Formats: sequence, structure tokens, C-alpha cells
Amino acid sequence: MIIMKKLFPFLKPYRLQLTVGPFFKLSEAVLELLIPTLMAFLIDKGINMGNSSYVIKMGIVMFVIATFGVIFAYICQYSASIASQGFGTDLRNAMFKKIGTLSFSQVDKFTSPSLLNRLIGDVNQLQSAVAMLIRLVIRAPFLCIGGVIMAVAIDLKLSIIFMIVIPLFIFVLFLVMFKAVPLYKSVQNKLDALTLVLRENLSGVRVIRAFAGVERERKRFNDKNTDYSDTAIRVGKIAALTNPATTIIMNFAAIAVIYFGGIRVNTGHLSQGEVIAFINYITQILNAMIVVANLVVLFTKAYASSIRVSEVLSAEPEIVYGTLGKGGNSENAIEFKNVSLTYGKSKVAAAENINLEIKKGETLGIIGGTGSGKTTLISLIPRFYDATKGQVLIDGNDVKEYSEDYLRQEIAIVQQRASLFAGTVADNLRMGKNNATEKEMKKAADVAQASEFIDRLEDGYNTYVSQGGNNLSGGQKQRLTIARALIKNSPILILDDSASALDYATDAALRKAIKENTDSKTVIIVSQRVNSVKDADRIVVMDDGEIVGIGTHSSLFNTCEIYKEICVSQEQEG
Amino acid sequence: MKKGTISRLCSYAAEHKKYFILLLISALLANVFMLAAPYISGLAIDFIKGENNVDFPMVIKFIGILFTVYILNALFTWGMTVFTNALSNRTIEKIRKDAFDNISRLPLKFYDGHSHGDIISRLTNDVDVVSEGLLQGITQLFSGLVTVVGSLVLMFILDWRITLCVIVITIICIFVSKFIATNSGKMFRLQAQTVGELNGYSSEMIGNLKVVKAFGYEDESSEKFGEINSRLYDCGQKAQFYSSLVNPTTRYINNLAYVLVGVLGGLVALSGHLSVGIISSFLIYATQFARPINDMTSILTQLQSAQAAAARIFALGDIEKETSDENRPELDVKGGEVVFKDVDFSYDKDKELIKNLNITAKPGQRVAIVGPTGAGKTTIVNLLMNFYGTDSGTIFVDGQAIDSVTRDSLRKNFGMVLQDTWLFSGTVKENIAYGREGATDEEIIEAAKSASAHGFIKRLPDGYDTMITEDGGNLSSGQKQLLTIARAMLSDPKVLILDEATSNVDTMTEQRIQKAFLKMMEGRTSFIIAHRLSTIREADLILVMDKGRIIEQGTHEELLSKNGFYTKLYNS
Repeated sequence: MIIMKKLFPFLKPYRLQLTVGPFFKLSEAVLELLIPTLMAFLIDKGINMGNSSYVIKMGIVMFVIATFGVIFAYICQYSASIASQGFGTDLRNAMFKKIGTLSFSQVDKFTSPSLLNRLIGDVNQLQSAVAMLIRLVIRAPFLCIGGVIMAVAIDLKLSIIFMIVIPLFIFVLFLVMFKAVPLYKSVQNKLDALTLVLRENLSGVRVIRAFAGVERERKRFNDKNTDYSDTAIRVGKIAALTNPATTIIMNFAAIAVIYFGGIRVNTGHLSQGEVIAFINYITQILNAMIVVANLVVLFTKAYASSIRVSEVLSAEPEIVYGTLGKGGNSENAIEFKNVSLTYGKSKVAAAENINLEIKKGETLGIIGGTGSGKTTLISLIPRFYDATKGQVLIDGNDVKEYSEDYLRQEIAIVQQRASLFAGTVADNLRMGKNNATEKEMKKAADVAQASEFIDRLEDGYNTYVSQGGNNLSGGQKQRLTIARALIKNSPILILDDSASALDYATDAALRKAIKENTDSKTVIIVSQRVNSVKDADRIVVMDDGEIVGIGTHSSLFNTCEIYKEICVSQEQEG
Repeated sequence: MKKGTISRLCSYAAEHKKYFILLLISALLANVFMLAAPYISGLAIDFIKGENNVDFPMVIKFIGILFTVYILNALFTWGMTVFTNALSNRTIEKIRKDAFDNISRLPLKFYDGHSHGDIISRLTNDVDVVSEGLLQGITQLFSGLVTVVGSLVLMFILDWRITLCVIVITIICIFVSKFIATNSGKMFRLQAQTVGELNGYSSEMIGNLKVVKAFGYEDESSEKFGEINSRLYDCGQKAQFYSSLVNPTTRYINNLAYVLVGVLGGLVALSGHLSVGIISSFLIYATQFARPINDMTSILTQLQSAQAAAARIFALGDIEKETSDENRPELDVKGGEVVFKDVDFSYDKDKELIKNLNITAKPGQRVAIVGPTGAGKTTIVNLLMNFYGTDSGTIFVDGQAIDSVTRDSLRKNFGMVLQDTWLFSGTVKENIAYGREGATDEEIIEAAKSASAHGFIKRLPDGYDTMITEDGGNLSSGQKQLLTIARAMLSDPKVLILDEATSNVDTMTEQRIQKAFLKMMEGRTSFIIAHRLSTIREADLILVMDKGRIIEQGTHEELLSKNGFYTKLYNS
């Protein structure tokens, strides 16, 4: 029910369409139900009584009814298209906005592909469910019930046939459906397995060929391929029963109507035209029931989608920002007080008992092996994650007191993964600062050592960057992401292992330029390379989530065992 | 080309003639029985005239016939579906197999130059479109044809005047639905395009949510999303509305036909030429006759898209394959001398990359290649493994040109560890064993130990039997790298290639691996590509590359004393 609570508000603006649509659909159904009865009148009173003007009169009546029917149907379809598409559009906008407010740990929990599926696929499913709601949910059951009522009105005794046929029909329909649905799932699973082999073959082609595995892979693919086809054929045999099974029930009912109808006609309870009308109603009812069965399937799917969508919509923001828009007057830019962080359900802390003061204007290096907690530590500063224990301060105040805008303005961070967006080079740089001038962009690019290659690009700053920056090399992407952060001109700059794809010379030039251009800034450089942090004012050495040493390069080399080990492994003398 | 696609499809389907013939027979009979039924029921109804005027023996006789006809109809309908299903699945199984075989014979150039998503889509989505569209479409087309011709003939036999009226109405119906289809088709294309745009935009933004948030870019992206979304509303609403007009409209026209048949039939009957039972059959034929014609538009679109899909699949087979190496001898490695002689190569004819490259690696020598990004280091691996052929010049291994021996024998002798750590979904053990088929458990564990992987493997939930999810999602990049190293160790190659092999592990793990490598490199010719210069100091020969050329070479000390490019790299 909570699910409905989340989704109902999105239907509200379309109350008008949601009432008008089904109403007109219903009216159309009523008219449609009348036609077979009128045809019976035409046959019995017109043809059998030899009254030709009655035949024509009935014809005109039916024509008018059919015309009104189609107009009503148009009105309904129009309402349905407005309501369902509008509902979907509103829902997508709301979800996209909501996704933007999710915290990093919520994004980790949902995972990006799943969020995308919910936004596009699930909303689509719901959208068509709304359309069906308007178009069919009232009409199909109504046609069933209405058909039964009309038939009963013609002849109660003959409609006993319905009492037998309808439950049987429902039984067969659902039997086949519930048998086939899990089978279809197994077909889908086999297809997924097949696609997996294919994907692995594409991404691993070098390794496969290097290990002369082409024949092995071909066999693996063929096995999955045959398995898939066998399953599909087996399932097909069962699914193929639906159509003949339902039509044969319908046809046997028609036979019964002819035989028993014959008896009723013989005793004078029924006319010939009424027998024909009766057969018509049977077909109409059973056809409507097939529609109902499909609706059940559709709404089961839509229900699953609605759960997934409302999970996103009802995700409570885990990070609540404060209102503070100004820093204090501390001499420390950043301060960690007894900070620990444990991710999600993990049992082991990713960072433990961190105490660290970073002075304004200081350049701090952080070094350590993979998984030592470097990225975790810096993620706490812009509140990508909140500490599980302890306190993080910026400029003397707890980070939790600041507004989101302040934090984003105050901190520029370059993340490990260099992600760019489709758009021009300039568009990507302007992400850091909306109204950045050409001069500002050039300056940032100079410092990030990006000018050299941007100038060589065909259209310079207007060169189009394809999705994910795929038309640029890893090093070029990294330099653009650095420039993008620099352009923000924030007092705190954090570089999270963001020069790993650069060669030594470029990396060195980058470090030099940053040093020269960020005098008053607090700079944090995270790296695995001693070279990158060697010249920092202080270096923090991390191991297994803890700080194991703080000091300058030369002091650490003599006092910190782990630092020394790292240096030796990279052949750096003290 | 178009004709080619269809005849190729036919030749695939022809491999299953049995199914095809059974399918046609079933379709024919199912439809004939379906057509006969209304006529017979009409005859039965004619014997139900009124009170005390029902000819029961005759009614029962026709009901008996009707009963048989219905059962046969159900039977053949089932057969038709089953055979179609079998035919289409067997056909596309073969198409898919051939497509995969083709791909696995294509040169690396194809893999590097094509979007993997696109290739996967051809082998899955496009194949599905072919199966659904072409094969089911043909069945529908065939049974539709039987229905149309059959009911037309029957209607003419019953009464030709009414039949003419029905035909006129049907033609109107076709035009109307065609008119709607063209209009909604335009909107659907626009809608599909906009959905694609929305999809692309949101996958970009959601995939990089962390960056979006770090830059406080949520509002801007919401705005852009909203803009695309509202365009989607505009065309989506129209597309849905226009297309939803088809059903009520054809229903209306069918109703008109129904009414017309009733009235005309009634008037004719009044003049004594037609019975009520026949009118009742006529009513059924009139609706039955129109249905396949209404469906025709959608079947034709289906057929067209199936043909386009088939063309895309077959196009994979038309790409130039690697030349066959069946008749070449196997490579026989003795010492492992590798020589590049006057090699020219470029990926793109317009941009020259490697020009006149000469390298000699003596047996057992360790050759390191260094240089800035884009210098062509990885290209050397591509050439050495014969993933790409040289434009001119030759590479010799122990005096044998590598393009004169079988590729598999060349590659089996070369052990390769790349920066890109590829694992397939399977157990840890299977992934290591990929290095050598038929390796024993002891050998696998031995290889893992020498790659420093044994320790972490033991700590995995199921040890060596732990399932690795696709592309090693459940392992860290360092762990993945260690597994690929174990794999190379197990294959026990004559020549070793390490391309940035330790860039994903931290320096301390790297040191441990380094030791393993040193052991492995003993007595083997090896090529080491690295941007951490520490890894290559001990090499017998260091080649410094820049812009596709070797600009300096020598040992570490020699190069340092030159005080050139290498010194600059080393000291930065």
C-alpha cells in the first residue's frame, strides 16, 4: 500500500482523463453489446416477418450506434494517451530529481545500472499499465458481464452453458499461462547465459587468442546456443497449446448452443435470430476473457515495476545538509577527530580512528597501497560518505553544519575514474564553473597540462567529446578532469590518484604547475607513487585503514617502516 | 544485396525442409477447417426454423461434422505453431552459430574498431527479429492468404452482390489503416529516437552520479533531462494516440460491414434468395476476411525489419577474415630469438605510426620498452602476437617468420600478461587452467603460489572453486591481475610478454610479483612494457620509444650516461 501512496499522486493531475476515458470506453462497450441483439431483431422481426422497412430501420439504428461507438472510442484513446504519457513523463522527472539527491552509499546499494533500469524500463511498464487501465480494465470485464446479462435476458436456461464453459475456460487459460510464464523465464536465463559467453568473447579476445582458446570458445558458445534453442522449442510446444485450447472450448460452446438452442426453438422458447445472437455473445465473452488474462500478466509485471520505482522514490535522503554558508576562522582547513567509517554491511572498518589536522595553504600527500583507505579518507571531506564515528571539521565547523552549496563551492575534487560527458571540451570544463570565460578555461587547462593537446585538437575547445570521453586517451581524460576541478577555484583541492595515466614527465610538470598556481589553497594529493607526494609539505602514510605515519619525505623515510618499504619498492632514495 | 539477404535466409531455412513442409500443410489445413466451420454451422442453424419446426436429425448430423472440423482445426493450429517455432529456432540457431564462427575468425582490428554492444545486439536482438519477423511473418502471411482467398470464394458462392459490398468496405479499411499507420509511423520513429536520447543522457548522468554530485551539477542535469523528457512526451503522446486509433477504426469499419451484410442480406432474403443461416455464415466470413488484410501492414513492416536485421547479421560474415593458416607449419621455438626486421605499421593509413623498426632480442634476453603514452609500446605486442599483421617488414622467431606459421602455435609459445585483466565467468581454478588445458590441481596451485595469488584465493569463500562473476566483479583489480599472472605462469611459455602487467597492484604486491616474474623470465626471452621505470632497470636491453620510433637503446646505465630522453623520463 505504501507503494500506491508513492505513485498515486502522479495520477492525480490526470483525474479528468482517468474518469472520462473509462466512461467513454464503457459507453462504447454498451453500444457494442447492443449490435448482436439488434441484428437478432433484424433477422426475427425483419426477415422472418417479411418486413423490409424494419430491416432498413434497424440497419440505420445500428449504423448510428456504431458511429457513436467509434467517436467514444476516440475520446477514450485520447484521454489514455494524455494520462499515461503524462504520468510517465512526470514520474521520470521526479525520479531523476530524486536520484540526484541519493547519497553515495545509496547509489552503491542501488547500483547505477539498476537505477537506469528503474528510470527507463520500469516507468515504461507502469506507463503502459496506466494506458491499459483506462482502455481495457473496465471494458473487458464489462463485456464479459454484459454479455452474460444479455444472454440471460434472451434465455435463462440456455445460458446454463455459460456457467459451465466460463469456469472451464478460465481454468485452461490460467493453467497454460502459469505453466508457460516460469518456462519463459528459463528461456530468458538461457539467453542471458548465451549473451554472457558472447560478451566475454568480445572483451577477452586478446587473451582467448593468446591462449589459443578459439576452438574452446566456439564449443562453449555452441553448447549454450543449442541449449537455448532446445529450451525455446520445448517451451514453444506448451505455449502453442493456448490458442487451440481456448478456441476449441469456444467452438464447443457454440455447438452446444446450436443443439440446445434447437431444442428451445422447437419448444417455442427461442427464435432462430436469438440463437445467432447467442453464439455472438459467447465469442464476445470468451474473447474479452483472453484480454482479461493478458491484463493479469501485464499488471503482475507492472506491480513488480511499481515496487522498484517506489523504492527509489521513497529512499530517505541519508545525508541531511545544514544551513551554514560561511566557514569559521580556524587556522585548520580540515580536521579529522577520531574518525572511523564502515561501508554498508561490511564488518571491517575502511578507515579507523583517524586524527589529522590540515592547515590552510598546506599541501598534503596521502600514500598507501590499494585498499589502505586513502580514497575513503578524502570522501569524508565533501560528505560523499558520513563518518560512522567521530567528526570531520572544515574551517572549524562540523561538515554536517554546512549547506550543500557551500561544500560544493569550497571543495574541488578530482576522482580516480576520469569521467567526461558528451559535449564539447568547453562544456566539460564549464561543469566546474557555469560562466567560465575563455581565459579562465585556458588558465586551468595550462595548469592541468591539457592545453598542449587541446590546442592540437581539430576544433580546440569546441572539439566534441563523445560519451564517456571515448575519443580521448586515458591521460587526456585525466588532464581534462583536473582542469575541470581547477576552474572552480575552490580553496580546497583534492586530487585522488588522478594522474595515474600520465607519464612521468607530464606528471612532474603538472605537480609543478599546481604548486605554483595554488599558493593560498589547501591541496591534498592522493597517490600510490612516492614521486607524486614527495614534495608535499607533509605526507600521510596509510595502511589497512589507519594512519601509520605523518611527516615529511625525509623524516618518514627514517621513521616509518611502511613508507620506507614503499620507497624502496619504487627505488626512491631518502 | 537485398535479394542476397533473402536467398541466404531461404538457404538456412531449407536445411529444415521437413519442418517447412509440415508447417505449410498444417497452415493450409487449419485455415481450411476454420473457413468451413461457419458454413456448416450456418447449415445447421437453417434447420432450426421455429416452434415445432426443428429438424433434429439434420441438426445433429451437421453438429457432428462441425465437431470433427473444430477438433481438426485445433489440432492443425497447434501443429502450425509448433512447427513454426521449431523451424525458426533451428534456423536461427544455425545463423547464430555461423555468425559466431565468423566473428572468431575475424582479425583483432574488427574487435578494436566495433562497438561490442552493437555486435552483441546483432547476435541477440537482430536474430530475434529475424526469427519473429521473417519466419512467423511468413506463416501469418500464408495463413492470411488462405483465409482471404477461401472466404472470398465462399462468399462469392453464397452471394456475389453482398460480397462486392464487403470488398469495397475492406478496401476503404485498408486505406484508412494505411493512412493512420504512416502518420503514427513517423511519430514512432521520432519517439524511438527521443527514447534513445533520453536513455543515453540518463545512463551518462547516472553512471557518473558521483561526479555529477561532486560538481553540484544535479540541477543542470535535471533541467536537461526534463527538456528531453518533455519532448518525449510530445511525440510519445501523439504516437500512442495515432496508433491507438487503428483498432477502433477498423472495428468501426468491420461493424459497418457487419451492418451492411445484415441489411443487404436481409433484403435479399426477403426476395427469397437467401436463408438466415447463410446470412449468419456471411456475417462471420465478412469479419474473418477483413482481419488478415488489416494485419497486412504490420506483417509487412515486420518482414522489412527482419530483412534489415538479417542483412546486419550476414554483414558480419562479409568482413574480410584472417587468412587461413591450416597449411602452415607449427612454430618450433628453440632458444627464443625474436627479430623485428624493417617493420612498418599503422592502424590508420593516414597516420603513420611505426616506421622501419628493427629490434633483436637474443635468446633469454630481457627487453624492456619504455616511452610516453601513445609511443606505440602496446602496438609492438599486437604485432608480436600477430594480432595485427605488419604493413611491411617481417618478425622472426628463431628464424621463422611469424606469418608463415600457424597462429595458435605462435601464441601458445608466447605468454602474455596485459594491463587489461580479462577473466571469464567460471571458478578461480578454471580461470587459471585457461593457461593450459588438462592442467592438474597441483600444477594450478603451484602456478597460483608462484604468482602470489595462493594466499588470497585460499581466503575466498570457496577457495579455488569460488565462482568469479562476469569480468571478475567480485575481485579487486589487484587480485584479478594476480590470477591472470598465474594463468600465464601455468602456460609455461617460451617467450614472455608483460604489458603494464603490474599497474593495477600496489607497489608492495608488485615487488612480490616481480620476484615471481624474475624467476619466470630466467632462460626465457621476455618483453616488458612498463611506465614504472623501477621494473625495468634490470633489463638486458631497454628500448626508449617515442612517436613510433626507437630513439634510444641500451642498458639502464648506458642510457643514463647518455643524459637524453631516458634520463629525463627517469628523473621526472
